[in-house]
Amino acid sequence: MRPKLTLLSDEIIARILAEAYELLLKPGIKVQNEEARDMLRREGVVIDPETHVAQIPASLVQRALESVPREFYLYDYHGNPAVHYGGDSVHFDPGSSGITMLNPDTLEHDTTETEHLIRLLKVAEQIPQYDAQSTAVICHDVPKEIQDSYRLYLALLYSKKPIVTGAFTNKTVQEMIDMLALFAGSPEAAREKPRAIFDVCPAPPLIWSNFGAGNLIQLARAGIPAEIVSVPLAGAAAPVTMLGTVTQHTAECLAGITIHQLAHPGSPIVWGGAAAIFDMKKGATPMGAIETAMLDCSYAQVAKTLGMPTHTYLGATDSKLVDAQAGLESGISAMVGALSGINMISGSGMLDFLACHSAEKLVIDAEGIAMAKRMIGGVKQHTDTLATGFYDDKINFKGGDFLKQKITMQLFREEQHLPGDVIDRSSTRAWKEAGSLDAFGRAKLRVKELLASYRRPELDSDQTARLHSYMLDLAQKAGVEELPRLED
Amino acid sequence: MSEEIEKLFKDMAQSIIDGDSDISVELAQKSIEMGIPPLDAITKGFVVGVNYIGDQFGAGEAFLPELVMAGEAMKAAVAVLEPELIKLGEAREIMGRVVLATVEGDIHEIGKTLVGTMLSASGFEVTDLGVDQSADKIIGKALEINANLIGLSALLTTTMVRQRELIEELDKENLRPRIQVMVGGAPITRDWATKIKADGTSEDAVGAVALAKQLVGKS
Repeated sequence: MRPKLTLLSDEIIARILAEAYELLLKPGIKVQNEEARDMLRREGVVIDPETHVAQIPASLVQRALESVPREFYLYDYHGNPAVHYGGDSVHFDPGSSGITMLNPDTLEHDTTETEHLIRLLKVAEQIPQYDAQSTAVICHDVPKEIQDSYRLYLALLYSKKPIVTGAFTNKTVQEMIDMLALFAGSPEAAREKPRAIFDVCPAPPLIWSNFGAGNLIQLARAGIPAEIVSVPLAGAAAPVTMLGTVTQHTAECLAGITIHQLAHPGSPIVWGGAAAIFDMKKGATPMGAIETAMLDCSYAQVAKTLGMPTHTYLGATDSKLVDAQAGLESGISAMVGALSGINMISGSGMLDFLACHSAEKLVIDAEGIAMAKRMIGGVKQHTDTLATGFYDDKINFKGGDFLKQKITMQLFREEQHLPGDVIDRSSTRAWKEAGSLDAFGRAKLRVKELLASYRRPELDSDQTARLHSYMLDLAQKAGVEELPRLED
Repeated sequence: MSEEIEKLFKDMAQSIIDGDSDISVELAQKSIEMGIPPLDAITKGFVVGVNYIGDQFGAGEAFLPELVMAGEAMKAAVAVLEPELIKLGEAREIMGRVVLATVEGDIHEIGKTLVGTMLSASGFEVTDLGVDQSADKIIGKALEINANLIGLSALLTTTMVRQRELIEELDKENLRPRIQVMVGGAPITRDWATKIKADGTSEDAVGAVALAKQLVGKS
């Protein structure tokens, strides 16, 4: 009895796919990467030499859809499967690529550096609701040329969980692939049990940039999973209607999968995105809007029709503080994502249109995730009779009767999610005695506890040394002698 | 202490932690057969388990069903050992005698019952009068059994005033500090307890045990 949210009828999904195939031919897809164009041309695709717009036929797309894996895993440091991409599995990870972090004491959005990313890694590592880490913020204390690879380097050093990451250029995606191979021992080992997945973005509307398509090709060849993050903005960079936007999203994903599978058939790729509406008052891209969540639920339904693994960006807020708006937008959208059966839901911890991260929000969002996961756990039948069996001869018609039943002790942990101290269910007295804190105040305390209890993973010393010298080499090529000193 | 006895004590504590009355009763009987002094079985065996689960509850690691089941398993074990204690003429040292009740006009009792379970598991002799009890009846019972504590529960802001009335009556009769009063219930604050001159209040059943021990000078 797992509850599921669906917004589209089968008939509408069929029409979305049919019109997406039409879009692939007219107006076509702008492919700005030469190698991708060469591959497409070899398959007989007509490409305008001036505009680089390709008319991709349905037959080629369908061939790609046949070779693409329906499911795969990401693995933890020990090589255990930890994240399942496929079916209706649901996982959450913190949002990626923030540029600021909420200072819990001053409430300023501080520009992020090494220490900020480490703090987020430490907190997310110890929260079971996060099945994967992300390269959550950019470290502005290292040169631009290594800002993407350096995030992955830190995640590998400070975490044992799988990592959702991404590269900023075609040069650095190869460096990051090499880094993963070096860490795993060989390119084959990195491919066989992938530790990380790379977000790759097309540009709306209907553009696969030189960088995006290049990333797809390199990842496909390396056999490292890619995650398409198509970002249509309904009303600005995509049609104003939800169905129009989902159709554009479909076309962008289909084109991406085609390029990816042409580069290496059978490499893993995910149907994902960070679709949003375009706010008509502020010109913003609200991640916490309900329509944003509805777009994501809809495109996931399209993906599931094709049997594709899924990803989305939900569980974030546009608020600048960890406040009531943050709670309601993050909680509601995480719930929609989980009910939609989306395999990887990125965005937790994030404020301000995905620009700002917060460790305190990560802690609070974990409770929203736990609620969403409890929800999709559904209502279960644990006992042969539903109720009558509970009323044995020890019933005294008193309120506490059921507290004394063995079965209560056996089942209450399964029936109820037991929230952490961030969720207040105290009496007013106990709450006052604990300092009359709001959720943010309680989250600040929890973050302090987590930072104090964190221990660096014990990694193989050769492995660490290889990783460090590779990273140092990249840094030196980028013009700095030393990497920032790392704390324990 | 022989290894066998040591293991028995450990199993006794574990049966309480597991909240398993069947096993705690079985172990209590076994200890009688082995000729272990019943007082030892209680204090070196079962009580260790009660204390452990109480600490776990205080630390947020254990939950109400575990606390209640531990209390029930303790009660069941003590029921087996008590006749032996009496036979030996070495009755278990009673921490204190408590009368528990929910005030007149109020029928809530889950919290009060929990307090009762934990108090008796911790060595108090508990008389639970139930819900909707008048001050006269509660005081009468306390005098009858020579109680040194009254535990008074109220869950409603409209009925909590009854706690004050009972205390005033006790004071009028000059019955304090012979009988001390602990108040509890969702709306009860420390300020309220102070204002009505109660002898103490606690947030939960584990705290109530600590408070009761303190009031009878056995903490």
